[in-house]
Amino acid sequence: MLQIALWKRLTILLVCLVGLSLALPNVFYTRAERHNDAVQAIERGAVTTPEIEADLAQWPEILPSSLVNLGLDLRGGAHLLAEVQLADVYEGRVDGYWPEVRDVLRDLRDAVGTIRRQEAPAGELRVRISRPEGLQAAVDAVRGLAQPIVSLTGVGQSDIEVTGSGDTLTLRLSEAERSATDDRTMEQSLEIIRRRVDEAGTREPTIQRQGSDRILIQVPGIGSAQELKELIGTTARLTFHHVSGRTSDPQERVSPDQLMFPSLDEPDTFYLLERIPVVTGDDLVDSQPGFDQNGQPAVTFRFNPAGARAFGNYTADNVGAPFAIVLDEEVVTAPVIRQPITGGSGQITGNFTVPEANQLSILLRAGALPAEMTFLEERTVGPELGQDSIDAGQIAALVAMAAVVVFMILSYGLFGAFATVALGVNVALIFGVLSLIGGTLTLPGIAGIVLTIGMAVDANVLVFERIREELKSARGPARAIELGYERALSAIIDANITTFIIAVILFTLGSGPVRGFAVTLGIGILTSVFTAIFVTRLLIVIWFERRRPKQIEV
Amino acid sequence: MRLKLVPQETNWDFFRYRKVTFGASVVAMIASVLIWLTVGLNFGIDFLGGTTIRTESTQAVDVGDYRDALQTLDLGDITITEVFDPTFGPDRNVAQIRIQAQDGAEAVTPETIAAVEAALQEVDPSLTFPSVESVGPKVSGELIITALLAVGASLVAILFYIWLRFEWQFSVGAVGALFHDVILTIGVFSLLQIRFDLATIAALLTIIGYSINDTVVIFDRLRENLIKYKKTPLIEVMNRSVNETLSRTLMTSGTTLIALLALLILGGDVIRGFVFAIFWGVIVGTYSSVYVAKNIVLWLGVDRDPKKPSDAGTQFSEVDA
Repeated sequence: MLQIALWKRLTILLVCLVGLSLALPNVFYTRAERHNDAVQAIERGAVTTPEIEADLAQWPEILPSSLVNLGLDLRGGAHLLAEVQLADVYEGRVDGYWPEVRDVLRDLRDAVGTIRRQEAPAGELRVRISRPEGLQAAVDAVRGLAQPIVSLTGVGQSDIEVTGSGDTLTLRLSEAERSATDDRTMEQSLEIIRRRVDEAGTREPTIQRQGSDRILIQVPGIGSAQELKELIGTTARLTFHHVSGRTSDPQERVSPDQLMFPSLDEPDTFYLLERIPVVTGDDLVDSQPGFDQNGQPAVTFRFNPAGARAFGNYTADNVGAPFAIVLDEEVVTAPVIRQPITGGSGQITGNFTVPEANQLSILLRAGALPAEMTFLEERTVGPELGQDSIDAGQIAALVAMAAVVVFMILSYGLFGAFATVALGVNVALIFGVLSLIGGTLTLPGIAGIVLTIGMAVDANVLVFERIREELKSARGPARAIELGYERALSAIIDANITTFIIAVILFTLGSGPVRGFAVTLGIGILTSVFTAIFVTRLLIVIWFERRRPKQIEV
Repeated sequence: MRLKLVPQETNWDFFRYRKVTFGASVVAMIASVLIWLTVGLNFGIDFLGGTTIRTESTQAVDVGDYRDALQTLDLGDITITEVFDPTFGPDRNVAQIRIQAQDGAEAVTPETIAAVEAALQEVDPSLTFPSVESVGPKVSGELIITALLAVGASLVAILFYIWLRFEWQFSVGAVGALFHDVILTIGVFSLLQIRFDLATIAALLTIIGYSINDTVVIFDRLRENLIKYKKTPLIEVMNRSVNETLSRTLMTSGTTLIALLALLILGGDVIRGFVFAIFWGVIVGTYSSVYVAKNIVLWLGVDRDPKKPSDAGTQFSEVDA
């Protein structure tokens, strides 16, 4: 007979209620959004002002407040697809070895004679020595500069390859080092872009790595792709300063030749620094996580010749004094100089964990974009156009829904009304799930929802048509309803699984509009199967139990 | 009083003119391919690379003036189309300007875009540019490949799923019908020169999804009837199955079409091509479920095991889903 266990009824009801409450904030989009922004501002440590308080009160704390992310095509904003010129970095890295190579070979002057740097293809360092017979010694000595690679894939390999032929020594990066460098370059580029975009304070930017050398940047609410390019193209300023003092009072007066910057990771700490930096990030060639002589995580860095000289002189004169590494007007770290650092490379030690060392080296490298970027794709959508699309989509969805409701009730009467209730629940569930998973609603996504509205009735139609057929076989109404659901199930499942397969393929292979569509289609299929099989059935069963009709008309 | 799209009981012979209908489908497919090859598709910048700029103005659009203004910039091929939409107000004039991918540049440079915008504002100072999109040739090539891959992968996945759930003949029939729908849609897109871009690919895949949905529902009934009527000739079982599911088919297609129609008229010009593709796909998809998929299965025949006629049909065992 038509029976649904109590716990099943409660579960179905619960799912519907949870879905509806998750969807609710989207009905009051602007209010919920202002509330969320206020919450975020407070988390970031903003001082609570009456405006923030007012925004906070726009939405009750106890209700869910996640919203559907609106895509760029709906909200307006800029989209950039950048390709990072990874090979650019090899050149700088190899150049950075020159001072060290020179120093090492100078110590061997008796064996190798005079040394001279040769013209070489990008990413290679060639040195000619005047005594070819000393080449082997030179190669061995330069090989001594090699460092083991600190990365998951390159363990046990060294970072440079040194070869010699005739009177020329060639140094290039090893394969493993190149791929490790590529990874670092990408991480660094992502980090810099993220910092730049965050600084602009825009809402929920998407900054994603795509494939081996691409970065997708989507920033809602920004005027144009051009503006976004300018924003991320600005070079972050990395500087090294002499530390004059520390304070916890942000109001403390500073002399004109001093600066006061807050510490990045120590709250309520401010550093007084000499205004003129010792070295700037323009001179920094590389920074990597590594380990110090005690096996503790450390961060190494390397300057170009000019930077190395300045840094060497400064550290020689200031052993025992702290110096500050400043990034974007924040003190990243302020270690104490233990010994003069003349080679142009140094090490920062502290109580780092390995991830912290990694993070700091990224931050250090995050001074400037490590490599040039070319922009493969740029899109700007004005906010008015986005609003137009939302309005159009909303009207279309309402009209579509109304039409379907009329059509269903005319065709199936009361059962049609049950189906339309389920349809409403279905749309709410789609929005609820989208909000929950932080999915992005795009214009094709709206089309996906409208299509789901059309198709959601399909499962109900299948069931109702089946019930009609079963009624013709003169079975009792309860039996007919039961058989209707039972027999229609296999068609519903098959039809929806095939469509779902397509949604999954679209999501995996697609990008942009294809993906936005796949998300709503996929979610829509899941929720529509749920509402068609469980929700309408529950409604029918409850109605049936109350009325106990001898005859039903579907 | 209930709305009935079809009488309660129908017993129409769907396969009487099967040669004619199937022939018509084949002709339509060939015609589509011919149009596609001769006229070609109106690819958007997603696939060709280049830049599109949308302009909006309170003054009427004069395509000739726009063209003259841009002529001096020497940007190669420029297409300017005025966009009409019933949802636009009287003082809203929209045009779409497409500039071909520039040699040697990935995305079009900001200077070029600034120059274009300045030149156009000379003509009409009230012009605004609500959207500017630029795709480099490198990415556009990849987008074509991923799109083809997505369509191909979907077809293979469906082929496999139907084969698992039904029989290989059904699988061939279903994919044949899908092929028919995709080709016919491409044909209509080349005929009407509707812009073909990434969203259109999404639409094509939706058509595949919708069409297969429809086909599977009828197949499901066929499978059931093959077990029920073991000795009835295949063509009669098929006819009965199509008749039995007819009211559902029309009901579902009808509601979906109503929903799509609303979107087509009120959804705005930005997604009109996309919605049109799906709208068209629902119509051909519904048709092809009966007249292409079933015909193919009918011709391939279903192996009802002639050696053991009494067991015919039992091989279509019901898998509990």
